[in-house]
Amino acid sequence: MTADAVTTPGGLLLPLAVLVPFLGMIAGLVLGGRNAQRVAMVTIVAGVAIALGIAQSMLQSGDTLVYVLGGFAPPLGIALRADGLSVVMMVAVAVVIGGIGVYARGDFGTPDGVREARAPLMYWLLLLAVWGSLNLVFTSGDLFTLYVALELLTFAGVPLVCLDGKGETLRSALRYLLFALAGSIFYLLGAVLVYGEWGTLDVALLAQRVQPGPVTWAAAALMTTGLLAKTALFPLHLWLPPAHAGAPPAASAVLSALVVKGSFFIVVRLWFDAMPALPGFAAAQLLAGLGAAAIIVGNVVALRQERLKLLIAYSTLAQIGYLFIMFPLAFDAGTGAFVRGEALAGGMLQAISHATAKAAMFLAAGLIYATLGHDRIADLAGAARRVPLSVLAFALGGVALTGALPSGAYVAKKLLLGAADASGQWWWALVLQAGGLFTTGYVLLVLSHALRASADAPAPRVRVRRSQEAAALALAACSLLLGFADVVLPGDLVKSPLDPGELATLVVTVAAGAAIALALGRRLPALPAGAALAAIGSPIRRATVAVGLLVERLDFALRHWHVAGLSLVVLTLLFAAAMSGAR
Amino acid sequence: MNAATVFGLLATALVGVGLYGFIVNPQPLRKILAFNVIGSGVFLLFGAIARRGAALGLGGDPVPQALLITGIVVAFSATALAVTVLLRLFDETGSTTLSSGVAPSASEPDPAKARE
Repeated sequence: MTADAVTTPGGLLLPLAVLVPFLGMIAGLVLGGRNAQRVAMVTIVAGVAIALGIAQSMLQSGDTLVYVLGGFAPPLGIALRADGLSVVMMVAVAVVIGGIGVYARGDFGTPDGVREARAPLMYWLLLLAVWGSLNLVFTSGDLFTLYVALELLTFAGVPLVCLDGKGETLRSALRYLLFALAGSIFYLLGAVLVYGEWGTLDVALLAQRVQPGPVTWAAAALMTTGLLAKTALFPLHLWLPPAHAGAPPAASAVLSALVVKGSFFIVVRLWFDAMPALPGFAAAQLLAGLGAAAIIVGNVVALRQERLKLLIAYSTLAQIGYLFIMFPLAFDAGTGAFVRGEALAGGMLQAISHATAKAAMFLAAGLIYATLGHDRIADLAGAARRVPLSVLAFALGGVALTGALPSGAYVAKKLLLGAADASGQWWWALVLQAGGLFTTGYVLLVLSHALRASADAPAPRVRVRRSQEAAALALAACSLLLGFADVVLPGDLVKSPLDPGELATLVVTVAAGAAIALALGRRLPALPAGAALAAIGSPIRRATVAVGLLVERLDFALRHWHVAGLSLVVLTLLFAAAMSGAR
Repeated sequence: MNAATVFGLLATALVGVGLYGFIVNPQPLRKILAFNVIGSGVFLLFGAIARRGAALGLGGDPVPQALLITGIVVAFSATALAVTVLLRLFDETGSTTLSSGVAPSASEPDPAKARE
């Protein structure tokens, strides 16, 4: 990111990317009723075109796009900037919003004979609001505009949780909102301290000015912790499982795939762009340590869920942990700063492949729920016969998450493992590998039930909208084929799937995943050998189940408000201490 | 001790008091109020920083003052949204508790019955 503040060619597209979704939202609100959906559809097409336009201008100029609002240069004025990271995220978000939009036409169409229905109207307006806020997050060049963007994102995300207006979802929404507000006030306090110390909030100017010192450490720790609360990184995740699992599928997909990525992106901005030399090695280890804990706890608790949507929500928790493993790997010990390189590329690719895969999984789970009338994992038998394409979409999304060839997660894992190897931090390589095995475990667990023939008389094929299944499948396919994005990355990361080494990895992963599902699943996977193995390994299973229950209780304890609130304070202190210790 | 320092210390106290209330009070309405107390502390701190940065014969640095107004608007909207959700929650359930869910138990279906 450069500090020069002149509007570049194509820069005008940046305010458009932010304003068009918001204008669509306002137009939808004014026109009301069924028009909101029509306006949303037009806006989505326009927004995708703008995102592609931005990508094209960036490829042409090969440099950061800048738009200086009103011609006032920072520090007094505000600049919108889009570097490679922003552009990649904007395109990915546009694609995911497009997919979810196609799906939501089925769930949130205004019914015939009604002029206006509350939930559909709100859904379309909020979808556009989330999109506009995310684009503002990606293009903001200063810490205060980022704060406003972050708040807009929360205000748009919270009502998505309680669209059905039921008591339980309202409670989830309120928990989410209150904890997110705590996070944002921490962030704002940090930003205020930064301004008091360095006299600017502009990211590019801060990168030149910031020097270590007590106030700056406190500010960076406050901002980081506040953002982690909004990202729901372990142990600040009390709000995520009920909110993401309780929302309607088309809303869960938005929340899980996109909204949590907004605050994650700001952490990246902060650590890589605004103050790369400040946090240091110890703070990065702490951050990735939280990520590793999220991977373990999220995955184990996911395996112990009875309901499919909660399983997917806990899987999100684990995948959020994955995103933070890249921080220590991007640390350059020579300069003591965080540098953009393979680790950052891997982390962002992981974020994008999770966004597409998780959206697909939530949408597929929604279709399965709509067809069977429930989402109890143990009773999924016959699902593959009744909604084959939805189960296929879930499977492809799940396989993409496990990091199988040629998914985006595969390339991301290769990049991160390479960075771990290069920097000698083998312990993070271990975490990355273990996480993949757990993911394989719960994907196998669900599929083994869904692929089983139903004991009842074969139920008639239920007609779900083809466009909905197509949207879920397309998003899953996106995630699975992201590996081909490696043409723009250095080296030859993607091997042939028939390479003996790759085949061996695949076999070992599947076997280990099955073993994990057998050991920790609340319900045994419906594998043919499941009963036999369980009979032999019964004492072992009793022990592993006890461990699983322990982790589940830990998760439950951490999701108490007092504990999470205290964690917020303690983590702030730990981050400040780790940063000051780096000097 | 000049005025900016006094206000800075007051701001710190407000943030501390608000944070305590936010974590300890179980009632959502109290939490919303506590959030506003923390917010007031942060805004007061920003005001003190603006006063400290006064230059060119101005009473204070205008940039924080401009940002402050925006921050207050954002905090106001957040409060309005939170109160609205809280009222809806009370209308729907007749209670305003935030706690839900039951502790995980060992209600493990034993392996023989798991396949029923």
